[in-house]
Amino acid sequence: MNLLEAVRLVAARELKVKLRDKTFLFSTLFFLFFAAASTVLPALFAGGASSVAVAPGSVYEARLHDAGLEVKVAAEPEKLVRDGDADAAVVDKGGQPEVLAMKSAPGDVVRALSTAPEVRLLDPSAVDELASYLVPFMFALVFFFTSLTFGLQIAQSVTEEKQTRMVEILVAAVPVRALLVGKVVAGGILALAQVALIALVSVTGAQFTDDADNLLPLLAPAMTWFIPFFVLGFVMLASLWAAVGALVNRLEDINNAGMPVQLAVMAPFFLVIFLQDNPTAMRVMSYVPLSAPTAMPVRLFDGDAAGWEPFVALAVLALTTVGALLAGARIYEGSLLRTNGRTSWGAAWRDRELRSI
Amino acid sequence: MSDALQLEGVDRRFGDRQVLTDITFAVGAGRMTGFVGANGAGKTTTMRIILGVLAADAGTVTWQGAPLTKEDRRRVGYMPEERGLYPKQSVREQLIYLGRLHGLGAETARRNAADLIERLGLGERADDPLQQLSLGNQQRAQIAAALVHEPVLLVLDEPFSGLDPLAVDVVVGVLRERTAAGVPVLFSSHQLDVVERLCDDLVIIAGGRIRATGTRAELRASYAEPRYELRVDGDAGWLRDHAGVTLLDLDGDRAVFDLATGADDQAVLREALARGPVRSFGPVVPSLAEIFREVTR
Repeated sequence: MNLLEAVRLVAARELKVKLRDKTFLFSTLFFLFFAAASTVLPALFAGGASSVAVAPGSVYEARLHDAGLEVKVAAEPEKLVRDGDADAAVVDKGGQPEVLAMKSAPGDVVRALSTAPEVRLLDPSAVDELASYLVPFMFALVFFFTSLTFGLQIAQSVTEEKQTRMVEILVAAVPVRALLVGKVVAGGILALAQVALIALVSVTGAQFTDDADNLLPLLAPAMTWFIPFFVLGFVMLASLWAAVGALVNRLEDINNAGMPVQLAVMAPFFLVIFLQDNPTAMRVMSYVPLSAPTAMPVRLFDGDAAGWEPFVALAVLALTTVGALLAGARIYEGSLLRTNGRTSWGAAWRDRELRSI
Repeated sequence: MSDALQLEGVDRRFGDRQVLTDITFAVGAGRMTGFVGANGAGKTTTMRIILGVLAADAGTVTWQGAPLTKEDRRRVGYMPEERGLYPKQSVREQLIYLGRLHGLGAETARRNAADLIERLGLGERADDPLQQLSLGNQQRAQIAAALVHEPVLLVLDEPFSGLDPLAVDVVVGVLRERTAAGVPVLFSSHQLDVVERLCDDLVIIAGGRIRATGTRAELRASYAEPRYELRVDGDAGWLRDHAGVTLLDLDGDRAVFDLATGADDQAVLREALARGPVRSFGPVVPSLAEIFREVTR
């Protein structure tokens, strides 16, 4: 049996076990529900345009109608508002319109009656404020959460094999690297599938909102770039998580041993969110492998990155991932069969036990 | 006896602690070889070295005359000391998985798993997660895991611990099928009575050194004193005055004694018969426990 076949078998088992794991299924469902709710609900709650009452023959009727408002004509517009049959009423007050409403001023009615000054933007941004704040947050969140949760699960599955001594049977049967790669592959497939599902639900949900037509074409290239960055970044972190799992003997110790890797995930997450308005910081971060999976798609979305930049960043990330995979494999091999307490990173690095046989 | 597996001068140290020194022994084809030693004597370390899970500092492990390769090791059935399967997966699935990892095709793996489940009496629980099985059944599953890929050599670390006598018989039956087919079995145990009943050959280890090896009969013969037990109807106290007898234990009608070299055991029997009925008379074979104590002293 060759390495590829062994990797396939290991990955298939990991997938099978995970897909039957209730915790995993529930968390996926929760994420999907959350994604659907956050895109669909605001549109539903917005509740459409206000209804507005005017007196018969009002000069404002046409303007309100043109603004897409529901116009009701009544002899006593104010009464309709008081009775709750209309959100607002517009009456004439000495040649000027006056808006009557119960508690708060209806923005769409006021806008329909105002004349806005002409605005000329000297450096127009392609994206509106809110979107340009939310999109980096979204990329960072997705990468942060998936790499952390799936990374931890990889570490747990490694430790479980070590704790049960299953690993002694496994390493006698297949190359150690097949175990490592199989776990990373299975974790990657699940992570990507989960993210894709969430993206699909969000995009579908966004169809219900008016902004979808503006946002999606802008988001598409950033999303397309996000995928290779996400995959490479995930593999880079996952191999480190596998190493963490091999260092400890008990599941309880993973959090402790995983602290350095956890920091490596958390720091870029917060840095990208806090420094997203600082172009220099973002440019640097879009090349640093740990933050590149988030920072580069954000820069692409904002239109700040030149066409060649993602390729260079991706190449840097790919090289780092290969390095992380080799280092992770070395730590993994150096500590997998050490069963007396926690192994230090250094001791695992120097150990040549498994490599010598 | 052809030596299928041979260890020659194997040394191993952990840090500055020498745990194995010059380990040399053989496991013959079709033989059940008991590997006996106190806790910490080096049994598990030796087995891990055979499996390639640990490396030896010096010495060689050969299989049919050639160094044991990675490819050979994939055809070894190994059972680690502590229960080592996935707690949350069913026995059947794990067996199939392990069969496939060892290179079996999907169909063969499925069939072997089903056979072993049947043979080891796990039928009803085969599709439950391992952690829901009793410890004895988990142990049977563990043995099935070592056998599923049709191994050509079995290395079992404490395969009988936690098994009730009936389960021991079932497992022994399964292992005997393998030895009958020529598969060498090396199994460790500290339950000396079980080993005594099962093994063809013995390897005794103490303090990281091999203290004795040989067939069960050879070891017994070489450690047997000229010792006898006599059971009569009356009192056996007269033995004290019989020439060449050193009385070791006297309990009314039952006596255990050593005979001086050259003394005639039949003379003792004749005298006993002259004094009354003799219920039993015969040499005392040392138990494995006694040999073990003797060897490791």
